[in-house]
Amino acid sequence: MSNAFIAFQKNDDSRCIVEAILEDNPNAMVDDQPSMVKIDVPNRLVIKRETVEEKMGRAFDLQELQLHLITISGHLDETDDEFTLSWNS
Amino acid sequence: MDMKASKKLGLKERYTLMTRDLAWDTTYQPMDKVFPQTAYEGIKIHDWDKWEDPFRLTMDAYWKYQSEKERKLYAILDGFNQNNGHLSVTDARYINVLKLFLGSTPPLELMAARGFSMMGRHMQGAGPRVACQMQAVDEYRHFQTQIHSISNYNKYYNGMDEFAHQQSRMWYLSDGKSFFDDAITAGPFEFMVAIGFAFEYVLTNILFVPFISGAAYNGDMAAMTVGFSAQSDEARHMTLGLECIKFMLEQDPDNLPIVQRWIDKWTWRGTRKLASVGMMMDYMLPKRIMSFKEAWEMYVEENGGALFKDLARYGITIPKCFSQTIEEKEHVSHQSWIGFYMKPQATPFHTWIPTPDEMDWLSEKYPNTFDQYYRPVLEFFDAQEKAGKRFNNQTAPMNCQVCVSTIKFNEPGDPMEMCFRETTYQGEKFHFCSDHCQEIFEHEPEKYIQTFISSHQVLQGNCEPEGVDVNAPDFQPGKQILDYWKLDKRALGDFNGSEDQKNFAAWREQATKN
Repeated sequence: MSNAFIAFQKNDDSRCIVEAILEDNPNAMVDDQPSMVKIDVPNRLVIKRETVEEKMGRAFDLQELQLHLITISGHLDETDDEFTLSWNS
Repeated sequence: MDMKASKKLGLKERYTLMTRDLAWDTTYQPMDKVFPQTAYEGIKIHDWDKWEDPFRLTMDAYWKYQSEKERKLYAILDGFNQNNGHLSVTDARYINVLKLFLGSTPPLELMAARGFSMMGRHMQGAGPRVACQMQAVDEYRHFQTQIHSISNYNKYYNGMDEFAHQQSRMWYLSDGKSFFDDAITAGPFEFMVAIGFAFEYVLTNILFVPFISGAAYNGDMAAMTVGFSAQSDEARHMTLGLECIKFMLEQDPDNLPIVQRWIDKWTWRGTRKLASVGMMMDYMLPKRIMSFKEAWEMYVEENGGALFKDLARYGITIPKCFSQTIEEKEHVSHQSWIGFYMKPQATPFHTWIPTPDEMDWLSEKYPNTFDQYYRPVLEFFDAQEKAGKRFNNQTAPMNCQVCVSTIKFNEPGDPMEMCFRETTYQGEKFHFCSDHCQEIFEHEPEKYIQTFISSHQVLQGNCEPEGVDVNAPDFQPGKQILDYWKLDKRALGDFNGSEDQKNFAAWREQATKN
């Protein structure tokens, strides 16, 4: 099984996004690196708008991820509610 | 009472309306005449509408988020520059990594902008056309912001001002130039594999993620903000490259062998290009955060491996070169740095021998290779330098006809032997750094016999400053090569004793005392 991953610049918004990922992906592994953070999840990583909004205490458009993203791995599917990265193997 | 305003369109609907719905099939001319380049590579496409950008990014959202990124970036750059940021980097050796970066990267971003502008014209489907158009704008942004961020350093340090002139002339910049020249002169689908897959998925992940994370910890906020800002676009670019590969494989089974050949070729070309990034991480960042080997394992072995495993369902196999790249991860950064150290009169950046504690770090990170093969070489050079006999290789390098790297890498399985291949084509001999480059040449010899190799051009009298009479009886080719390159002589050679070293020390002293 391969890991899907996503990395963010470290800032207040991404701190909430990472918290949301950890809540929605029980197998997530966090790799803290200088000025950035990388999260790996076996096979499938999902970011849910609702959870991020709960952590941030404000409305959040998943396309705002564009501002903090550094890199991703996996096939992407983005809708209004979920941003999903996955491998088919 | 529930007073919900009418819901705005969902992402999927918005994407459909604002990309495919705005496109039309031409009627005055048939579509294949309007898009003449999509067929000749042999890729068969039956339904262009099957290509969708998974980010579902529309042009209005693109401008909104990109302008936000730019505002953040320039605010940080202003702050960094106003705060004398250049004096807060770990030590002045660090600035040399920016000199190398400036010569090698922004010009390639510009080539990428040109390439994706062409793709935005030549891809027949509206989905890829819009995505390629956005990528072209991104690449232009990277080209500009990288130069802007380094321009502040250019006010203080030597060797940066002629990078644009040097790009297409200097020996060590030829590998990157050839990578893009090769890609942009291929057909549109091969270009997408070359840049979208090999460059974005394999290469920029290492350059803009662990290297930039390292730059941040070396106190360079300018490089950090530019690198991360660029990489936030790269996430989209990788997705486009991956989408293109999947699209070709899903459209027709006949596409498989063509795509496989491109993946094999460009994985190797990307790997060769990465050798100098390895050296930037292992040797040029005074404060190290991760070895090139570790970065390679994370972003290429695991991440690339995940992709190849995934594509196996279409019949894609792991590229032939992959096992060699894994073997080389413990060697290439050392071989590259030693190669540059040996040529102190030929680069606009300084080199140095790592300090004893830096060598210990390298021993720890490269337990299988550093002490055995590379420490002795570096210590020998160090002793020579201290004895006033600084090693200086003044001969022109021999380059690979395909990747244009200097021929310096080792024979697979034998680190003590240099790998060298040659072949004869139409009575002329051509040289290669590896089996993989030789194979690429043999598949398209007519393309690669045209490669610009600086060492050859010098001998042919094509690299002379203006006004030199190459037919004069006393003409000596290459005698004025530094002038031809417009090389700042203050930027040559050893860091120790350089003007940059002295200035940095003096300015830092001034910045902390009255």
